[in-house]
Amino acid sequence: MKGNDKNITRRSFLKALGVGAASATMISCRRKIAGGDSSTSVAPATHRGDAGTGPMTMRVNPSTGDSVSILGYGFMRLPEIEDTKGEKVIDQEQVNRLVEHAMKNGVNYYDTSPVYCKGQSEHSLGIALSRYPRESYYIATKLSNFSPKTWPREESIKMYRNSLRELRTDYIDYMLLHAIGQGGMEAWNNRYIANGILDFLVAERKAGRIRNLGFSYHGDIEVFDYLLKMHDEGSVKWDFVQIQLNYLDWRHAKELNERNTDAEYLYGELHRRGIPAVIMEPLLGGRLASVNDHVLAEFKRRRPDDSVASWAFRFAGTPEGVLTVLSGMTYMEHLQDNLRTYSSLEPCTPDELDMLDSAADYIAKFPTVPCTACQYCMPCPYGLDIPAIFSHYNKCINEGRVPSSSKDPEYERLRRAFLVGYDRAVPRLRQADHCIGCRQCVKHCPQGIFIPGKMEEIDRYVEQLKQNIL
Amino acid sequence: MRQQLSRKPYYYHILANYIKIIRVILALVVFSAITLLFLDVTGTAAASWGFLARWQLIPAILSLNVAVLAGLLLLTLIFGRVYCSVLCPLGIMQDIVARIRHTVMPRKRYSYSRAMTWLRIAMLALFVILIILGMTSIAGLIEPYSEFGRIVTALFKPLYVDANNLMAAHEAADSYRFTHVDYAVPAFMIVIVAMTLAVVAVMAWTGGRTYCNTVCPAGTILGYLSQFSWLRPVIDHSKCVSCGACARKCKASCIDSKKGEIDYTRCVACMDCLDSCSKKAISYSPRTRGITKKRSNEPDGARRDFLTAGLLLAGTMALKAQEKSVDGGLAPIADKLKPQRRVRITPPGSISHRNLASRCTACQLCITNCPNGVLRPSSDLTTFMQPEVSYEKGYCRPECTTCSDVCPAGAILPLRKEERTATQVGHAVWDSTLCIASTEGVHCGNCARHCPAGAITMVAADASDPDGVKIPAVDTERCIGCGACENLCPVRPFSAIHVEGHEVHRKV
Repeated sequence: MKGNDKNITRRSFLKALGVGAASATMISCRRKIAGGDSSTSVAPATHRGDAGTGPMTMRVNPSTGDSVSILGYGFMRLPEIEDTKGEKVIDQEQVNRLVEHAMKNGVNYYDTSPVYCKGQSEHSLGIALSRYPRESYYIATKLSNFSPKTWPREESIKMYRNSLRELRTDYIDYMLLHAIGQGGMEAWNNRYIANGILDFLVAERKAGRIRNLGFSYHGDIEVFDYLLKMHDEGSVKWDFVQIQLNYLDWRHAKELNERNTDAEYLYGELHRRGIPAVIMEPLLGGRLASVNDHVLAEFKRRRPDDSVASWAFRFAGTPEGVLTVLSGMTYMEHLQDNLRTYSSLEPCTPDELDMLDSAADYIAKFPTVPCTACQYCMPCPYGLDIPAIFSHYNKCINEGRVPSSSKDPEYERLRRAFLVGYDRAVPRLRQADHCIGCRQCVKHCPQGIFIPGKMEEIDRYVEQLKQNIL
Repeated sequence: MRQQLSRKPYYYHILANYIKIIRVILALVVFSAITLLFLDVTGTAAASWGFLARWQLIPAILSLNVAVLAGLLLLTLIFGRVYCSVLCPLGIMQDIVARIRHTVMPRKRYSYSRAMTWLRIAMLALFVILIILGMTSIAGLIEPYSEFGRIVTALFKPLYVDANNLMAAHEAADSYRFTHVDYAVPAFMIVIVAMTLAVVAVMAWTGGRTYCNTVCPAGTILGYLSQFSWLRPVIDHSKCVSCGACARKCKASCIDSKKGEIDYTRCVACMDCLDSCSKKAISYSPRTRGITKKRSNEPDGARRDFLTAGLLLAGTMALKAQEKSVDGGLAPIADKLKPQRRVRITPPGSISHRNLASRCTACQLCITNCPNGVLRPSSDLTTFMQPEVSYEKGYCRPECTTCSDVCPAGAILPLRKEERTATQVGHAVWDSTLCIASTEGVHCGNCARHCPAGAITMVAADASDPDGVKIPAVDTERCIGCGACENLCPVRPFSAIHVEGHEVHRKV
């Protein structure tokens, strides 16, 4: 291993030399990277600069032999702009630029769903990817038949066929049964068994229109175990499974939310069976990108040049059974940072894993709301901006700016910062006091947050701040 | 008089040279401060120098503010109508207009004109009669301080707020210096106020202080008193050559240079004449004659309330909680519309409809300082431009006493926080035809959850089914009419629960 210092100087030196050469080389060798080692030795020096110290780390899918980049592009949080009517729409030009940069730097796994981004995500990804040869990337999408009106067989099939059309393709590389576990066994039966959709998808795989069949899991562990039992018994073979894994959920998932299951268990069950794991929420919706000062100091002490987020990504990529780690990269900076982390991935050392474990202990003690801003709860029929409310609240907690009493010496300043920041983050009409407790959101939350209860809690706190009676 | 002048000590003339500068500086400070009272969006101005509004003559009379009235009386009896030059924002604004004219057309001068005493008395009489009739809002149309307040809030504040919001939008993250504010002025206000500004500005442009000496009731009252003032500009006839230089400088057109007389009822003690005289024949000097004292009338009002209107149940657009099929996005939110209230709501501290109508000159200070968007100018003729309460944009928050803190006219009397939450300005009325509990069978209870008085209880709609859907029951005795329920009701555009005002406020 080279010393860290040496790397840094070389990196900044190469940055000055320019990125063009590095990217050009990238394109030519990207598909060949498959074997991994050969290309690693091809041109290590030219790969530094913009995108890290080596080529993108690749993992091999045992079922199909696909060589998949460890960084997967999640299409759940896309850049938006306002259209002429002032409504937010996907900034397709920026999406194209992001995908172009990702493709250039070896990212070849793209994950979407028919419901993401108000239903616009697949369409957007279809446009962005259609400019590249079909065999140069892998598409993952899902059968997101949550709504009871999509339960009938024809409706679900319609959704699947529409995905193919939106994505401008005639086959899906990675097809997922979306958010298994939510709604328990009953939802599983309604969505995939009673209507024969599971059999349909298996048949599609046989026909080659689905290359890998798997599921993403949230919620009820009974369903997870049941599906793996199906795999063991040979009734369905799962080519991959998508799970939530990060250094907080590794051992604290259940502690943070009774309904969830520690990632250590989920990953262990998959690894034991040789099923590759696709990782979602490696950054917990961005929550692990801004940690509190204590943890930050420890990260920076160890690797002063690395971002806070890079720790979460290195952690998620470290287990060898991980096929790819999904990151919803809205900004070019996110993409660049992740490319640096994963080109090439330096797996966490046992000592670093210990440190992350204690960092997780520390973070878990903070009373943040475990929202990942996935937007599944949205739109709220009463107009609330649920993720924005939680994100403001969490931000204030993480930064230690939630006064617990008016006797706090900084109370006046913190009170103002909290209230003004709240009005800025969320328009008044979309704030927590408008939650009527209809509970429609509850079943949609993959993190199992009891949203109306949290809303009431936050509202009560805001009210105390406003009335100055804390 | 001549002997007196010769007896003056030497420093007297030195002071005379600075006296106009002092007047101008004081006037600009007061003018900026009062303007900021209306412009400020942070509440700092009203909290720090809100007293300037209480020093205004007509509001002080309406609120029977004895200390201020005594102070103003003393001020006028000593210095003449300095109030009009230094304390009155509309007067200073006219001086600014006159100053601009002087810069644009330096050759154009003023000239003496005869006093229009009949017009002044008629205007004052009309003003008093309107107030006695309780039509203070109409009387307020010619009251200088409120006129200025309306000009600033209707015409200048929107620009100020835009600038503020621009700053808020471009502020660096984590800086909380600027906050976004919503501010809207009704169109009728802009039209009326633009018209009054045009009238005042044209009068000031062509004739200096014509408005103050013909229309303004405060000017007439103070003019009467200033005849007896101790200090005033005096012409030394032994030096005066009747050149008329002073008359050409006089914004009040009150110096008759031919006769060598000054009409002290019209002189606003601006000191412009002092340095206009090349012979040093005019000076700001004391008099020795006795002072006679007379107080002006104290208005009190009786007002006939009328306002009746059938409760209009306009078509409503209850929210439907539809099954979601995609992620993300924000549900559209329809703006709330003002319900037809049988009895209008007045701000806590205003005691009664009658008190507010008879004391409020519609200066807009409470409206412009209301942090919750609850107050707005009334478009009703009997309460024209006086504050009116409605809860479409916010509700009367329990910790807030801003309007009662700032009111200079005693129309909204100061309330302590505890008193404010115990003041009943109205009561909530539930409408079963709109509430989603009855129309959709949805559990809501947002009104009950947010009632600061605990006056709303959710009760089972069907007594035989205690676990069934619940509807709000309002205890009108405990309800204070703050509008939290109305504002936070999810039903739009007309809330399923709304507040009806009380003509006379009560304590709960």
